[in-house]
Amino acid sequence: MYDGNKIIIGLVVFGLLIISPILYNTLGKASVPPEPDINTPEINKMVEKKCVEPKSFMRANHMQILNDWRDEVVRVGKTRTYVNGEGKEFNMSLQNTCMKCHSNKKNFCDKCHTYMAVKPYCWDCHIAPKEKTT
Amino acid sequence: MAKLPKPEELAKVDFKPPKTGWMDTPANLKPGTFCWGAKAKNLQVVDFPNARDWNPTEDDWKLPKEWEGTVLEAMADRLSKYRSFKLFLDICVRCGACADKCHFFIGTGDPKNMPVLRTELLRSVYKKYFTNSGKVLGKLGGARELTYDVLKEWWYYFYQCTECRRCSVFCPYGIDTAEITLMAREFMNLLGLNTDWISGPVSNCYTKGNHLGLEPHTITSSVEFFLDDIETITGIKVEPTFNRKGAEILFVTPSGDLFADPGTYTAMGYLMLFHELGLDYTWSTYASEGGNFGFFTSNEMAKRLHYKIYAEAKRLGVKYIIGGECGHMWRLIHQYLDTWHGPADFLEVPRSPVTGTVFENACSTKMVHVTEFTADLIKNGKLTLDPSRNDHLKLTYHDSCNTARGMGLLEEPRYVIRNVCNHFYEMPENTIREKTFCCGSGTGLNASENMELRMQGGLPRANAVKHVHEKYGVNMLANICAIDRATLKASMDYWVPAVGVTGVHELVGNAMVMTGEKERTQDLRLEPLPGEEGNE
Amino acid sequence: MHIAVPFFTVIFLVLIAYAGIEAAHLHVLFGIVIPYAAFTVFVLGFILRVRNWGRSPVPFRIPTTCGQQKSLPWIKASTVENPSSTFGVIVRMALEILFFRSLFRNLKTEMHEDRVVYGSAKWLWLAGLAFHWSFLIIVIRHFRFFLGDIPFVLEMVEGLDAFLQIGAPLLYTTDIIILGAVTYLFLRRVAIPQLKYISLAADYFPLFLIFGIALSGVLMRYFFKVHVVGVKTLTMGWLSLSPVIPENVGVIFYIHLFLISVLLAYFPFSKLMHVGGVFLSPTRNLINNNRMKRHVNPWDYPVHVHTYEEYEEEFRDKMKSVGLPVEKE
Repeated sequence: MYDGNKIIIGLVVFGLLIISPILYNTLGKASVPPEPDINTPEINKMVEKKCVEPKSFMRANHMQILNDWRDEVVRVGKTRTYVNGEGKEFNMSLQNTCMKCHSNKKNFCDKCHTYMAVKPYCWDCHIAPKEKTT
Repeated sequence: MAKLPKPEELAKVDFKPPKTGWMDTPANLKPGTFCWGAKAKNLQVVDFPNARDWNPTEDDWKLPKEWEGTVLEAMADRLSKYRSFKLFLDICVRCGACADKCHFFIGTGDPKNMPVLRTELLRSVYKKYFTNSGKVLGKLGGARELTYDVLKEWWYYFYQCTECRRCSVFCPYGIDTAEITLMAREFMNLLGLNTDWISGPVSNCYTKGNHLGLEPHTITSSVEFFLDDIETITGIKVEPTFNRKGAEILFVTPSGDLFADPGTYTAMGYLMLFHELGLDYTWSTYASEGGNFGFFTSNEMAKRLHYKIYAEAKRLGVKYIIGGECGHMWRLIHQYLDTWHGPADFLEVPRSPVTGTVFENACSTKMVHVTEFTADLIKNGKLTLDPSRNDHLKLTYHDSCNTARGMGLLEEPRYVIRNVCNHFYEMPENTIREKTFCCGSGTGLNASENMELRMQGGLPRANAVKHVHEKYGVNMLANICAIDRATLKASMDYWVPAVGVTGVHELVGNAMVMTGEKERTQDLRLEPLPGEEGNE
Repeated sequence: MHIAVPFFTVIFLVLIAYAGIEAAHLHVLFGIVIPYAAFTVFVLGFILRVRNWGRSPVPFRIPTTCGQQKSLPWIKASTVENPSSTFGVIVRMALEILFFRSLFRNLKTEMHEDRVVYGSAKWLWLAGLAFHWSFLIIVIRHFRFFLGDIPFVLEMVEGLDAFLQIGAPLLYTTDIIILGAVTYLFLRRVAIPQLKYISLAADYFPLFLIFGIALSGVLMRYFFKVHVVGVKTLTMGWLSLSPVIPENVGVIFYIHLFLISVLLAYFPFSKLMHVGGVFLSPTRNLINNNRMKRHVNPWDYPVHVHTYEEYEEEFRDKMKSVGLPVEKE
């Protein structure tokens, strides 16, 4: 007894699982790599458009910095000043530093986070700023 | 013959693996742990290849030329025929769950008796010749060539596996070492590498109808002895028939029960029960064997031997068949017979003429296990039982490997025992039912020259008996297997001398009050019944 | 030998990926060519392997029965451990595959003086279950790299996995569990003498490789962070068959990816195929209805038998002498 049909059904299920992302993606809307928008009044005012740290570093490590700031301010409570690689000082504050420039959460933060299905819990405590774009 | 060490010495098991890796540790054929080689005359009877007299202790095993090719060809053939074989060689992850489940490993401490390594002995050769990884990586990939030493190792260790399938209960993939051992033994039989204790019964069974080689007139005269004893005990003359055409039922049981005690008492139990019921049944001198040592050589030989049961049922024109108490016989009847020799459309679905119960579970094979039959009788109140006649016994029950793990016949014999005995105690949970231990001597290992191995393999079972013996005073070990009745007796005498061995239907024979019987003073062993000891 | 060779092989694989990216800048090779090739080998290899098993029949119905058979109606049958119906088999297989039922029975057997003693031994089951389930959840989590519109279920799995809310990015419990479980599975192999005795290079290699994959993943997520959006443009590119190498994705990603590629390509040729094999195991996936329904052996052939006629021919006189009926006088 071979039970060939059952084996074939099993292999078809295996195949479907393998290609399931492709099937799923063709059903859903096309996915476009996100391009975070830095077109905000505050950023447009800047002569030299520079974040706290260099762009490539921020792209990969921003969550680390936010986490460190949170711990420093809320839990340690010694200082609120962050000194970056160039020796420049910043106030460790999500709302007053980060969101001051990036006042467009929807077009900046959310773009990548949605794309990658990341759900940061910043907004569990903080109030999301009013959207400002030009 | 090698001298058997004392129990306290044999119980000191050394579990430390050797310093050398298993591939670099050739098998050491220790006297007392293997059987004599098959004799030429027995292999010739069944046309097996390379029939010659040979001795495993000699260097030259008189193998045929190009024996490696024979083995590899057979391996390729069996890989294409058995999914179990191919799959089990491929998917083992060597997690080791099976290791300490084997009675031979527990009793010997030899790592090659761990089911995983036993299979690896063959898997390594499979890898070398049938897988790319083995061809490329060689020893690093766990592959090795088929050499004379490897073959000797196979012979030694695949005749140290009783195909009990306990490992397969614990394996996360259900890998059954029995399937591997069956194949290994097939390959070795192509080279004439069988044992005398297996090939003798096979040849007997083929021509004479039973393993013991009892000829028709010997069978009837053996049974006459039982009838005399039954008459002495009960005053009733039982008159069974043999080879009778037109009987309703054919009864088939292992021949061991006709030959040596305590099996003979079980046979007496059957005779008394069927007489009391007035059953229209017959014995056969041609199909006079339920067991099948052919299964311990090759699938083909097993099929050849089991042919007789249906053939005889057809010739005699019976309606269905009742099978006696036997372990591997029932594995084969349950899992193989219908496939080999079915469909048995010349028979009818078994129906108990006493209770009217239809055995739907046997509607295709048309064979009923005698404990199913008896349990049904008791449930329907068709037997008058006086369990106090077994009051001198404190019983425990040993599940046979084959009926437990190849069938699931667990409750029927227990139900019968509880109704015919007042004192029944189970052995520890991990040693009964699907986790039962082999007697240590199944698959044709019940010879005398390998007694040391048998006692080692029997250690876990005996140890569990010893436990209930010490705790409850158990003095009798019941079972439903002719090999058990023969081998557990030796094992009990060695490990737990105060415990005897009995078949379930011997207990039935004792407890059953027969119509017109005289007042009984003796049990089936002609020993005084409880309360009758002083009346001799 | 059996430990050192696979260990250094995995180290060597890491170095290959590192050198290939950092020194030789073979991004296309490691980011596109090798993953495609490995994936193809995996899928085809897997299917062919299962087909190969399927080509050998199951000549006899040989379930290992682990409970009471179905016989007389008043005896309670064990419907799962000894299934007499298709439904029973499905439940039995589901328990086996999802919860490792048989491994759960595991016991430790030891000799204490002259007594055989049975102890509980659930650690292997627990570690096995922990390993396989975390592996599965991790694979499911990675679907976020392959799906455009991420379904709610996937976000839920992620959320549950990160429920401890430690660090940023959030720590996944499965990351810790898989590393712990693999470590345990390795340690027991070297610590138990019998197990060490039977372990082959093929047993250590997957452990080291999977440890390497998990570790490189953990390092990438928590320590040497990479440009994740870049990674996803690559993975989505694979699916649309137009992959583009993203800029500025760290070497750790390529190491992770290369080790996975090796695992995929190795899979069909190894014991890891137990994933597919367990479904086909004849001692588990068959119904114990042997005496109710005939099982057919497709390669069955006639055999030489000793017929009654031959038997009577040999013993006729002896049979007649004791009054046994014979066919021919």
